[in-house]
Amino acid sequence: MYSDKVMDHFKNPRNVGEIENPSGVGEVGNPVCGDIMNIYLKIENNIVTDAKFRTFGCGAAIASSSMATELVKGKTLEEAWDLSNKAVAEALDGLPPVKMHCSVLAEEGIHKAINDYRKKQGLEPWVEKNPHAHEHVEGTCGL
Amino acid sequence: MADKRIIYMDHSATTCVRKEVLEAMAPYHAERFGNPSSIYSIARESKKAVEAARGQVAKALGADPDEIYFTSGGSESDNWAIKGVALANRQKGNHIITTKIEHHAVLHTCQYLEKEGFRVTYLPVDRYGLVSPADLEKAITDTTILISVMYANNEIGTIEPIAELGAIAKKHKVPFHTDAVQAIGNIPIDVKAQDIDLLSLSAHKFYGPKGVGALYIRKGLKVHNLIHGGGQERRRRAGTENLAGIVGLGKAIELATADIEGHNQTIRALRDRLLKGIQARISDTHLNGHPEKRLPGNINISFEFIEGESLLLWLDDEGICASTGSACSSGSLEPSHVLMATGLPVEISHGSLRLTLGDANTVADVDFVLGVLPGIVAKLREMSPLYKGKKGG
Repeated sequence: MYSDKVMDHFKNPRNVGEIENPSGVGEVGNPVCGDIMNIYLKIENNIVTDAKFRTFGCGAAIASSSMATELVKGKTLEEAWDLSNKAVAEALDGLPPVKMHCSVLAEEGIHKAINDYRKKQGLEPWVEKNPHAHEHVEGTCGL
Repeated sequence: MADKRIIYMDHSATTCVRKEVLEAMAPYHAERFGNPSSIYSIARESKKAVEAARGQVAKALGADPDEIYFTSGGSESDNWAIKGVALANRQKGNHIITTKIEHHAVLHTCQYLEKEGFRVTYLPVDRYGLVSPADLEKAITDTTILISVMYANNEIGTIEPIAELGAIAKKHKVPFHTDAVQAIGNIPIDVKAQDIDLLSLSAHKFYGPKGVGALYIRKGLKVHNLIHGGGQERRRRAGTENLAGIVGLGKAIELATADIEGHNQTIRALRDRLLKGIQARISDTHLNGHPEKRLPGNINISFEFIEGESLLLWLDDEGICASTGSACSSGSLEPSHVLMATGLPVEISHGSLRLTLGDANTVADVDFVLGVLPGIVAKLREMSPLYKGKKGG
């Protein structure tokens, strides 16, 4: 049911762990739903210079965390913000429909971490462009 | 991959077909293929084979052969028992009693009947998954027309007090059905002594073929037909018999019930070695189901801070076949209704692992699982924000 890419990122997850003194942290998910993601970002000169994660969840949740942190590394803050859940899923060669919410969680985690950084910098948090994604994606837990 | 060692510990999902069963079935595909309803000699041989299998099933249950009806499996047997009794007793009442931990073949059938105007009571269970006989007796009303309680639970392995529940049903003159799909070969069954009126079973759970099962219906009990058509199974279940499957079912149940106690001792010893080993090597676990009243091969254990599907994927990587009650593996995103009914917190139910041992498992299998499981759990916990929070860094 999972692509080879998903299995690769599940079995050899990139960027597991935490960043000391992170620029921004995003904690998303709910243990009742069966997945929690913590995303840690290091941001220097508007560039994401490092990204790490800790995830409680299924294979797709772990692979999505791994892929999303890979994809934002080296990006500008604006580019990292524009990373969509679809882009994460596509980079993994697709996710089963019921697992699409795992990629949504990764997008949310990145957004939360970026806004955490912006708040710490005294900047206005950015507004979610596609809040619909979180409600209409198949397989959300409803909490 | 091809030569990778596979350790199969998912016997509650299905079992392999035993060699003796395969051999018994073999002639009934291409040589003795006659339709049991036809008149010529090869057809009569088929008919004899079906009746011999009926005798084998009857003997295993303490029933008469003419109380055994062959079906396509456990789901059909459950559907037939419940819909058949409900529809046959509509004039008497519309109340059905079952439990919260039944297989979906029972639960979804009951939910369907609710839409058709029946009223269903879903009895709760205690933290071990046991149904209380007192609760059952309290739930019975003048309009109760059927009680259905599973013999042993497929997820947590808890064995219900069927004889006690059957006696209560009998006292109140309410037909009593039990889904015994997981029980055959693990628990000695005597439908007369245990006051069982209907019993469902499925061959592939006890080393028989898939796609064949049976329903025991006590003589004289009013049950509507589910499958209408030809006059097979004494006009109660239409459709040309699954000849080879029925022969396989007969052989499989004969072998599975020949020495239940001996089989249980072997499996239980392996199971206990595995369970104790897991509990000794891994912290923060929670055994689901009853400590003693459980199927001999069943382990259902939750590992806190991790999620079951990840665990299964890693176990599969090691060649170990198991299952979980986590929502994330089911496609439905709802955690196991059985674990929920026992009151287990949802987040802990996500980390449940079911290992069900069977005849082919060895001490070496158990020790192999004990060798790799702690490392997998540790790896996933290391990645889990819950574990980190709990351990304070």
